[in-house]
Amino acid sequence: MNKQAFIQIKDITKTFGSVVANKDISLTVYKGEIHALLGENGSGKSTLMNVLSGIYSPDSGSIFIDGKEVRFSSPKDSIELGIGMIHQHFKLVDVFTAKENIIAGQSGSFFVGSKKLSKQIKQISEKFGLDIDPDKKIYNMSVGEKQTVEILKVLYRGANILILDEPTAVLTPLEVEKLFKIMKNMKEAGCAVIIITHKMHEVMEISDRITVLRKGETIGTVDKKDTTPKQLTEMMVGRHIDLSIKRVETTGKEPILKVQNLTVLDEEKVKALNDVSFELSKGEILGVAGVAGSGQKELCEAIAGLYPVADGNILYEGEDIVGKNPREIIKKGISMSFIPEDRLGMGLVASMDMVDNLILKDYQNQKGLLIDRAPVKQKAEMLIKKLDIRTPGIHHPVKQLSGGNIQKVLLGREIESNPHLLITAYPVRGLDIGASYTIYDLLNEQKAKDVAILYIGEDLDVLLELCDRIMVLCDGKLIGIVDAKTATKEQLGLMMAGEEMEQEKGVESVV
Amino acid sequence: MDFALLFAYAVHAGTPLLFATLGEMVTEKSGNLNLGVEGMMLMGAVMGFQVGIATSNPLLAVVGAAAAGALGGLIFAFLTVTLRANQVVSGLALTIFGTGFAGFFGQKLTGKIVPGPITTFFGEAKVPLLSDIPFVGKILFAQNLFVYFGYVAAIALGVYLFHTRKGLNLRAVGENPAAADASGINISLYKYTHILLGGALCGLGGAYLSLVYVPTWKENITAGRGWIAVALVIFTTWSPYRAIIGSYLFGCLDIIGFRIQDLKIKVSPYIIDMLPYIVTIVVLVFISMRKSKENAPPKGLGNPYFREDR
Repeated sequence: MNKQAFIQIKDITKTFGSVVANKDISLTVYKGEIHALLGENGSGKSTLMNVLSGIYSPDSGSIFIDGKEVRFSSPKDSIELGIGMIHQHFKLVDVFTAKENIIAGQSGSFFVGSKKLSKQIKQISEKFGLDIDPDKKIYNMSVGEKQTVEILKVLYRGANILILDEPTAVLTPLEVEKLFKIMKNMKEAGCAVIIITHKMHEVMEISDRITVLRKGETIGTVDKKDTTPKQLTEMMVGRHIDLSIKRVETTGKEPILKVQNLTVLDEEKVKALNDVSFELSKGEILGVAGVAGSGQKELCEAIAGLYPVADGNILYEGEDIVGKNPREIIKKGISMSFIPEDRLGMGLVASMDMVDNLILKDYQNQKGLLIDRAPVKQKAEMLIKKLDIRTPGIHHPVKQLSGGNIQKVLLGREIESNPHLLITAYPVRGLDIGASYTIYDLLNEQKAKDVAILYIGEDLDVLLELCDRIMVLCDGKLIGIVDAKTATKEQLGLMMAGEEMEQEKGVESVV
Repeated sequence: MDFALLFAYAVHAGTPLLFATLGEMVTEKSGNLNLGVEGMMLMGAVMGFQVGIATSNPLLAVVGAAAAGALGGLIFAFLTVTLRANQVVSGLALTIFGTGFAGFFGQKLTGKIVPGPITTFFGEAKVPLLSDIPFVGKILFAQNLFVYFGYVAAIALGVYLFHTRKGLNLRAVGENPAAADASGINISLYKYTHILLGGALCGLGGAYLSLVYVPTWKENITAGRGWIAVALVIFTTWSPYRAIIGSYLFGCLDIIGFRIQDLKIKVSPYIIDMLPYIVTIVVLVFISMRKSKENAPPKGLGNPYFREDR
């Protein structure tokens, strides 16, 4: 490794109003290294990288590139120095093609020469082993493709410092593998790569050195070979943390939800759910596993009354709730929290504060014409304390909170309505370890109160530890339901790929 | 009825709409919704007329009109880009301001007539060869220079928006300013330039009314055409090429009243005067039912951009 400091960040401080996002942060990155930036939600990682890419201007502190002090007045300055950032929320124009997104803001001939550029882009993508159609529109792309465009955009500009902000949060394992290969290619080419991620196994796999941030301050920088996930977690969270999830044992086995032969059609009249039947009991966590888009979203929404049911029954406490409107279903004690890929798309109004977001569901229980905010304010204060939501106050717009804190608000609201059946999809999507465990604890707490929980998850390890039973969906079909105590990851993986399990081991017959 | 003549009139009547529509279109492409079109048209109309009376020079008159329109655009840009004021309110205020501006400067102009040299300059100028094409030639190529400039402006704007780097950058600014900013595009510069350009085009639309179409000064010379232009931008789905067709269609609705009188059909003139507005409403209803990514308004339309906003 070349031991000359390539990027040197010294004592950067950045505040947003009264929130201190970065406090005297220092960071050194060398050429030809992959540097991981680790920290909980809201620890200031993204802010720091936005400072480095010229989007935020720091209140104080300095940045040196190749030994020279630099000042960025706009992202343009940072691009010119070879810094390219891939943002957590993609910065792409939806109605443009990949090519148009790549060349936007670039200088060059007055007219956009179509063929030559497409060829040029093809060349670069082949060089780095990327596969992209330059003339495909962004809105027709999958998340993985969009990210490829973002990477190409940076490569096209000839960047030699690549910053990736949680690049793997929404990728499939195969796409992650591809991404890591590109990062390694860049590293070998002598570039510096900075990656922000929560996923410990990724940090251990890809990075050379790791810097940990906590609450806006640098905790330390360590070499990967000298550290363990446990040490990193403790640096991150600031306390010892137990990395196993306990399973609460409950006695009740009284079924509360019976789904019978449920079939729903998507917009193209294709069966998004195909003849799905299962039962869920009080005090049970039923996990749902499956590759993204196997019908999880439709299942949640069908139960919550948001998606039309083509065929079948949903019996809740013996009563068929198909055809009832969402409000009636909520009144019956069914609550849903769905965290979509963009994490803000469903459930909360971004520009409203916590109190008003809580009122969105609460007002129905209030009498009279006017809204009484006082009890809701108390509830908001209570949630902040209970879930350790980091916000300057209950009247702060929720969109200004960090992703994890937004999720806590959403899940907190659903739990506060004291449901009998809680549907929760991807509640820990993009959350750091500490916050994830808070969420697991919350779910277990509900379970102990005899609440039935339908948990749609991504991480198989978590599903196996947290749930009582796991049902596997593939292409809208129920492949099987397994006992989480005896099932294995391999077994789930096979089932997710659509292989039905005939043998008795841990597989219950479909109701 | 002579249809070629009718359509030729439609083009004539549609030209101010075309300029105003192009002006609003380029403004909206930068992500700013300027509802001050009517005001900027009036500013252009009165300033063009004033300069025309004073100098008898057609080119100076046109430049004066464009400058007055751009001044309106500058006020709007300062309010909405620099101060990030609400765009709808700023635009409405600009319309009121423009009406007052025209009223003030137009006081002494009422009843005056455009000087001879200007009228001659903007008289019918047949395009050789093209005007000999049967029917179409008579409609499109037996017009005046100002009308031809309208064709050129629309096509040039189309090429600029869809085939040049600057146009691409502009569209990026209007669609997703955060993405454009991260790509190193100077957002404020693009917004200012194109809001000013849009204002100038609206001013030209106004000048066509006062210098060529009417051509004397009268109060409220635009008669709501600015509002139709705002609707036309939506109707033509932000395409300068389609703006040509849309503007002339509405020009046709504008003049159809006189023609119907010729035919001796008994319809209340008030009903006929309402036609363009009724069609506008109907069109808006249809547009809002259509859902297409390509023909949608710029995504960032109406939202002020602040880099450090989270």
